[in-house]
Amino acid sequence: MDAIRFEHVTFAYDNGFVAVDDVSLNISVGEKVAIIGQNGAGKTTTVKMMNGLLRPKSGKIMVFGEESSKKTTATLSKKVGYVFQNPGDQIFNQTVYAEIAYSLKYLKMDKAEIERRVMAAAQMCHLADELQTNPYDLPFSIRKFVTIASVVAMDVDVVILDEPTAGQDLLGLMYQKEIIEQLHQMGKTVITISHDMEFVIENFDRIIVMADKKVVGDANKREIFWDFELLERAALKQPVVAQLANRLDMKRNIINIVDFVSEYEK
Amino acid sequence: MAVLELKDVSFKYQLAKETILENISFSIEKGEFVALVGRNGVGKTTLCSIIRGLIPTFHTGTMSGQVLLNGLDINEMSIGDIALHIGFVFQNPFVQVSGVKQTVFEEVAYGLENLGVERSEIIRRVEEMLIQLNIDHLRSKHPMQLSGGQSQRVALASVLVMDPEILIIDEPTSQLDPQGTEEVFETIRLLKERKKTIILVEHKVDWVAEYADRILVINDKHIVKDASANEVFSDPMLLETGNNLPQVALLALKLRELGKLDFEKIPTTLDEAVKQLKGRGE
Repeated sequence: MDAIRFEHVTFAYDNGFVAVDDVSLNISVGEKVAIIGQNGAGKTTTVKMMNGLLRPKSGKIMVFGEESSKKTTATLSKKVGYVFQNPGDQIFNQTVYAEIAYSLKYLKMDKAEIERRVMAAAQMCHLADELQTNPYDLPFSIRKFVTIASVVAMDVDVVILDEPTAGQDLLGLMYQKEIIEQLHQMGKTVITISHDMEFVIENFDRIIVMADKKVVGDANKREIFWDFELLERAALKQPVVAQLANRLDMKRNIINIVDFVSEYEK
Repeated sequence: MAVLELKDVSFKYQLAKETILENISFSIEKGEFVALVGRNGVGKTTLCSIIRGLIPTFHTGTMSGQVLLNGLDINEMSIGDIALHIGFVFQNPFVQVSGVKQTVFEEVAYGLENLGVERSEIIRRVEEMLIQLNIDHLRSKHPMQLSGGQSQRVALASVLVMDPEILIIDEPTSQLDPQGTEEVFETIRLLKERKKTIILVEHKVDWVAEYADRILVINDKHIVKDASANEVFSDPMLLETGNNLPQVALLALKLRELGKLDFEKIPTTLDEAVKQLKGRGE
C-alpha cells in the first residue's frame, strides 16, 4: 500500500510562482526514501504538501489511500509528521518537555500517556537530560533533535525530516542514523531531505532527485550517483568515493568505501 | 607580524559551572586560511565571539588572557573598531538578515550605508558581490522570503561587501546544496587570493581538507592539535575528538588496515588520492 501518492501535483504560490510542477510519485508504507536536489528545486514544498501544510493547485494527493484534499491539516498531521528545516519555525515552548508534549496536550491525551511518550521520544533523540532546558538555550544542532522528538512523540505513520543533517557533527549524524533506523524498525515511513550525500548513501537505498520543480530521478542510489546526465541536470555531484572510482576508471556503481575496498582487490 | 594572536585565553560563561575554553594560544599570519574543527558545543563559536571582542563585554563571564589584533589588545578597542577589521558571518542565516530592509540589494548595501560610504561606491561593490555569490537574480526579493541556501549566501555577501581584513565564517554552508557549498568555498578561495585572513568553522571535512591551510582542533576546552590540513586529516586520532576524516583518508586507512595497499602518506584531498592510487593495485 502507498503511504503517500502524488498524481500530477502542481503547487503555485498566491503570486502565481510555481514551486512544484507536475510531480507524480508514490512511497510505500514502511519505506525509507531520501529526496535530494538543489536549493529551490521544490523539495520542501513537495513534502509540505504531504501533510497538508501546503495544498496543491492541481493534481491529486493520496495519504494512506485517502484523498488529502478532503482532510484537514490537523487530521493529516496525525498521520504525517513534518520536522521543519529551521527549528525556529517550529519551537515556541519554554522547556524541551513542554515543546515535545505540546501537540499531545492539544489532542487532550491523558497525562500518563503524554509523559510516557515524551520520555520515549526524548530517549530516542538523546534529550533525556535536557527536558527542563529552554530549547533556545540549546545549540542549533541539538534544537533540531527537539523538533524531531516532537514529531516522534506524535507517533505518526510517516516521518518527514527536512535537512536534519544541517550543522550536525559526527555524533549528531550518528544519532540521526539511529533514529531513522529505529523509526524504520517500528514500521514507519521515513522521508528525508538532505544535502549530505554521504549521509543519504549510508541511510537510504531509494533516492528521489528533484530539479527545477520536478522529479527528475527516482531509483536506487547506485544508479542515481552514476547517472552523470541526471547529476548534471540536478547540479549534484557524485559522492567523493565515487568521484575517485570514476577518475581511476574503476567499475561503475561504486558509491562508498565498502564498495571501493571490495572492488579494489579484484 | 601576526594579524591575530591569542595568548593564554580562558573563558567561563557567567552562569556556567565550568570554563568552556582554557589556555587557548595561537597566532595567525596575514593571508592564512585556518579552520576550527571540533564537535558541537565544544566552544568554536565562543572562540569566534572572543576574537570579535563580544566576550566578555556582550556575552558576560570570566575571561583571562589576551587577544591582539595587529598587535593591539582588543580590550582597548571599541566593538565598532574591531568590526572594521573583522567581518563575521553567522552560523544561522535566519538570524543575520537585518529584517529592516525590503530587498536583497538593500540588505547587502546596509553595512556600507551605515559606514557612510559614497553611493556610487556602494552600488559598485554590491553589484560585484551579487554576481560573485550568484545571488544577482534575487536582488529584488525580500530578505525574509529566501530559502535557507539563498539566505546563507545573502548573509555571506553582506559581510564580504564590507571588505574586512579578517573574516570569521561560522558554518557558512550548513543549509547549502553541494553546488552552493562549492561556490562558497570558491568565494573563500578568492578571498584568500586577495590576502584576506580567514577563520572558518565547518563540519564538512571533505571540503575543509581541499581548501584550508591549517587546522585547529578543539576538544575538551583546549586546542589539542594545530597543524597543516594534511597532517590533521590523515590522523585517525581526529575521530576520537568527534570529528570525521575526509572520505579519501578513511578509504586509504581502510586499504592500509586490510593490507591491500600501503601509502607513504595518507591522502586527504581527491587529487592526492587519485595521484597515489593511479596505476596501483592492479
